[in-house]
Amino acid sequence: MYEKDGEKYFVVDGHMHYWNAAPDNWVPGAEQYAKGWIECFHAYQGLGPPATHWTIEHFQKYSEEDLMKDVFEDGYVDVAIFQPTYLKEWYKEGFNTTERNALMGEKHPGKFIYNTRWDPRDGDAGIEQLRKNVERFGSKGCKLYSAEWNAGSRGWKLTDPAAYRYLEACQELGVKNIHVHKGPTIWPLDKDAFDVSDVDHAATDFQDLNFIVEHVGLPRIEDFCFMATQEPNVYAGLAVVIGGLMHARPKFFAKVMGELLFWVGEDKMLFGSDYAIWEPKWQVEGFVDWEMPDDPSLTDYPRMNTASKKKIMGLNAAKLYDIKVPDEYQLKDGTPGAHEVLGGQPEEHAASGA
Amino acid sequence: MTNPVTAGSPSAPPGEAPPGAARVLAALDAVRDPELDEPITSLGFVSSCTVSADGDAQVRLRLPTYFCAPNFAFLMVADAYDAVSALPGVRATEVVLEDHFASDAINGGVAARAGFARSFDGEAVGELHELRADFLRKAVMAGTDLVCRPLAAAGVEPPALAALTLGQAPPSPALERLRQRRAELGLPAGDDAPLLIDPATGAALGDDAVPLHLRRAHTTRVSIEANAGICRGMLRHRYGTSGLGEEEQ
Repeated sequence: MYEKDGEKYFVVDGHMHYWNAAPDNWVPGAEQYAKGWIECFHAYQGLGPPATHWTIEHFQKYSEEDLMKDVFEDGYVDVAIFQPTYLKEWYKEGFNTTERNALMGEKHPGKFIYNTRWDPRDGDAGIEQLRKNVERFGSKGCKLYSAEWNAGSRGWKLTDPAAYRYLEACQELGVKNIHVHKGPTIWPLDKDAFDVSDVDHAATDFQDLNFIVEHVGLPRIEDFCFMATQEPNVYAGLAVVIGGLMHARPKFFAKVMGELLFWVGEDKMLFGSDYAIWEPKWQVEGFVDWEMPDDPSLTDYPRMNTASKKKIMGLNAAKLYDIKVPDEYQLKDGTPGAHEVLGGQPEEHAASGA
Repeated sequence: MTNPVTAGSPSAPPGEAPPGAARVLAALDAVRDPELDEPITSLGFVSSCTVSADGDAQVRLRLPTYFCAPNFAFLMVADAYDAVSALPGVRATEVVLEDHFASDAINGGVAARAGFARSFDGEAVGELHELRADFLRKAVMAGTDLVCRPLAAAGVEPPALAALTLGQAPPSPALERLRQRRAELGLPAGDDAPLLIDPATGAALGDDAVPLHLRRAHTTRVSIEANAGICRGMLRHRYGTSGLGEEEQ
């Protein structure tokens, strides 16, 4: 919970991680990739305020206590959503798997939501695993990396028939929030891996599912915006936008926020810190304080008010994940948050499967 | 580039004096990051540039991260090779991409003139022309905003913008750049060509389509500039030094 000027903000961190990228977890023979990957993440941290930078050793492997302090104690977060990233070809136990997240999270009931993952190239076995994960971890969302290299396959698209089988399974299992990584990627090498047109089609065909485009398609924000404006069930995940631009490039942050507010709208934007790339504390404080600068080049962008910020900081995500938000954090005038695509009553949030 | 002088080739005219490093660096100004539509020099990607007394040029490039997209990296290394090796007096050219997960494949592939697909045997099936064209179209959209926003701010209404030709628009570096990008794509770029066109087809826009077109052009520019901002920040974090010809933004 964050309070500023008498206003209370319920904070849902929609995108965060608990990884181990230390040398003890590097796959022999792939050390240079494991090392390069975490150094690349570490460079992103360099875009945050200098006082929040970590040493590479700390960044490679932080403890459960570090996370609880950074995210909840200091970082104002009420509920955090784990987005797993496997990368098992480089990291022996994976970079941050659903299992690793849940092992930690189950000691802190009610604090975490465990999203899972799938890859349509895993066939029937993958669907079975998805079922097991949902049963075990209570997952209501998943994180997908469609550009991932897999045994000679150069990535996949949400529109592949195999992916549709998984999306159908998600629908059946109540995994209704599909977080799609559309941001910096490596593979497939000869294609534009940021193409978002597959999300467009899948969102049209699966109206009961919500598609959260993580990193707003950076570096192709325009493609994402033109698509999201046409699809009511497509959302903008702000991880990287706030962390990567608000401090380092405030002018571009204002413009990108302006574009997102214009095309996507405040009801469909979700805060995510991308911890441990960036700590939530400075992002939450900075975002709540942020105003569109009074600049002639920014006059045609929509403005945000306190209600807009409450939605983006937590109320929109709470709606997608059925997180019960106490009355004191709700909008006073009853302004609806994210669009009402989700039927049913919100249930008391608990880390199910714990 | 036509007829590039390849490594060790004897085709450099005898007696031609080798260019200075400054001349080589100037040639690299013409090499752009296809994604950011900016010269690799001003982005800070050139870490060193030398020419021996015999005309052997060596250029070293660096990128913001170890995992920057290898397709764009390949294009930059290949374009740098072409730009430098075409200079009179250059006997041999070596372009080295430093500190990148695919350095070996890219450096070796470019040196052997192998093309992208062969350099990444089994990992890529196509060359990069379509990717480059996609990003040139984005550059055309962003460039349209760069040219049109000052006009709009000066009171030129959308229908009047749509009626302008390139020859009628006030001359500026931005307009020149827009023309060049359009010409590279084979789109109309002469004085009589409309200022506003669909970058996919080259067709003029109807009045109804103009406001949305301009809005999209602006979003495209914001996207590219924000991306360049992130890349600059990460490059600075990674190296802490300026590249040759780097311009602060």
